[in-house]
Amino acid sequence: MTTTHALAPAAARGVAHARGARPRRLTPARVGVYAFLIVAALFFLAPLYVMVVTSLKTMEEIRLGFLFGLPIDLTFEPWTRAWATACTGLDCSGISPGFWNSVKITVPSVIISVALSALNGYALSFWRYRGANLFFGLLLFGAFVPYQAVIYPLIIFERELGLFASLPGIILIHTIFGMPIITLLYRNYFAALPEDLFRAARVDGAGFWMAFFRIVMPMSVPITIVAVILQTTGIWNDFLFGSVFAGRENMPMTVQLNNIVNSTTGTREYNVNMAATILTAAVPLAVYFVSGRWFVRGIAAGAVKG
Amino acid sequence: MARRSMRLSRLNPVIGSSPMIAVGLGVYVIGIAFSILLSFTDSKLFASFDFVGLQQYERLWKTSRWLVSVQNIWVFGVLVILFQMTLGYLLAVFLDQRIRQEDTFRTIFLYPFSMSLVVTGLVWQWMLDPNLGITATVRRLGWEDFEFAPLVRQDQAIFGLVLGNVWNGVGVTMAIMLAGLRGVDEEIWKASRVDGIPAWRTYLFIVLPMIRGAVLTAFILQCTQIVRVYDLVVAMTQGGPGVASQMPAVFVIEHLQNRQNVALGMAAATMMLVPVVVLLFIKAMADYRAVRRAGAVRP
Repeated sequence: MTTTHALAPAAARGVAHARGARPRRLTPARVGVYAFLIVAALFFLAPLYVMVVTSLKTMEEIRLGFLFGLPIDLTFEPWTRAWATACTGLDCSGISPGFWNSVKITVPSVIISVALSALNGYALSFWRYRGANLFFGLLLFGAFVPYQAVIYPLIIFERELGLFASLPGIILIHTIFGMPIITLLYRNYFAALPEDLFRAARVDGAGFWMAFFRIVMPMSVPITIVAVILQTTGIWNDFLFGSVFAGRENMPMTVQLNNIVNSTTGTREYNVNMAATILTAAVPLAVYFVSGRWFVRGIAAGAVKG
Repeated sequence: MARRSMRLSRLNPVIGSSPMIAVGLGVYVIGIAFSILLSFTDSKLFASFDFVGLQQYERLWKTSRWLVSVQNIWVFGVLVILFQMTLGYLLAVFLDQRIRQEDTFRTIFLYPFSMSLVVTGLVWQWMLDPNLGITATVRRLGWEDFEFAPLVRQDQAIFGLVLGNVWNGVGVTMAIMLAGLRGVDEEIWKASRVDGIPAWRTYLFIVLPMIRGAVLTAFILQCTQIVRVYDLVVAMTQGGPGVASQMPAVFVIEHLQNRQNVALGMAAATMMLVPVVVLLFIKAMADYRAVRRAGAVRP
């Protein structure tokens, strides 16, 4: 179960650059290297480009069938419609309710799951007690288990507690499924901290909670940033749990997006659909582009999460 | 008094890690056991405890929808791993050539992964639209009989899913491989240059075996993601056309939600667990052997 042990240093190295001076002459081989990279980059960028231009075209223009063409008759109407009036079945209030639901789900889920996982990791690293590693092993097992194997017991559990299809219900689910990987993240980070610092604190009389809040957490700012980034994008992008546990009232943005685009009634408005898709992707994309290397670090450790 | 606080301080770590204990035991032990237990019952809409032995499994392996799902996950899995490994390593190797704008390229290769698989599925569904997507565009350019619309063809829908998944996830494989490459000792490169071995051969026959840890990590990550594939299918093909692109994860959720056959769904979920457990076992064995081999060197 050491997959992610190997990952932690790799993630740290992931941002290192190629060594040595950059070759100055442009040989045919160099041209080939750049040609390959540029073609690859175009492949990755094409869907984003198509999304944006489609969302700015009128339906008449889309029907001409030039997928990659720039909009001739630029329009922003699809965006306002996607946000405020696009229909899911009979409900025509756009994707904005989904956006706010996702905010209401993501913010508390991120805070709770990161806080609890930090505490787990701390207890595991500095206060090893008998059996701790067994529980941690079980938790790690959870990072690999198909969700389908535990989803039904959780449905029953939440029904019994009256949490099913409610906001606290979905937050609890995200806390549960975020815990394995974030706990691992903290545990690996704490393992690399100098233990002397912690020992000194204990000699000075700091107990479990005091050492956590006063010594360990202030030193954990970098890993906490990684954890928050990872959880924010992961929870925002979730579809399965949202569709099962959130209920109609709290449907997250991804679920609503899918309902809008894949609804079988009415004519398909591709421009509105693409605008709604970009709006749904906007938050994680913004997190990615702003956080850059932090995100890469998180991904390497967190890719365990499906 | 002193004794009491002693005991309390011993208890604190347990209290602190109680969320982990609760999830580890509650969800991953009791939860899984409960799921497996239900697969031996005849639960329909709600859980019941009338045991029927292996009846659900017999039924499962006679259900064509499930058989298609199993076949699909193999085809999907093998192709995704093949493409992600090859393309991921290629991208990593090309990025390792001391190029300009390395960060820009890496950002571009990795950004799809930050987006939801629902978004990925919907974008590619639009790109591959038979009437207005890539097919239409290429036809407008003069190739009248060009066709690239896998999602509407029963025998090709699965390839559309592979395309979407690779686009979304190959950047992660690239990042892991690149981290592996950067960890390779510079001396290896000097030695192979002195011996006059071409760079591509060094990458393929010398460096690749050296970064097998990164390769194994990427492989395991891909496997767990492949078994779980759900969002992409629902957004991109809804399992169609017909049942052509059904997957086990979709099968389970459908039987829980729409088909109200909990026991059959749980039998399917149990089958999904099997390859994961086997894989984890192999991984554990590999780790154990590596530790034993390294045992002589490490303190």
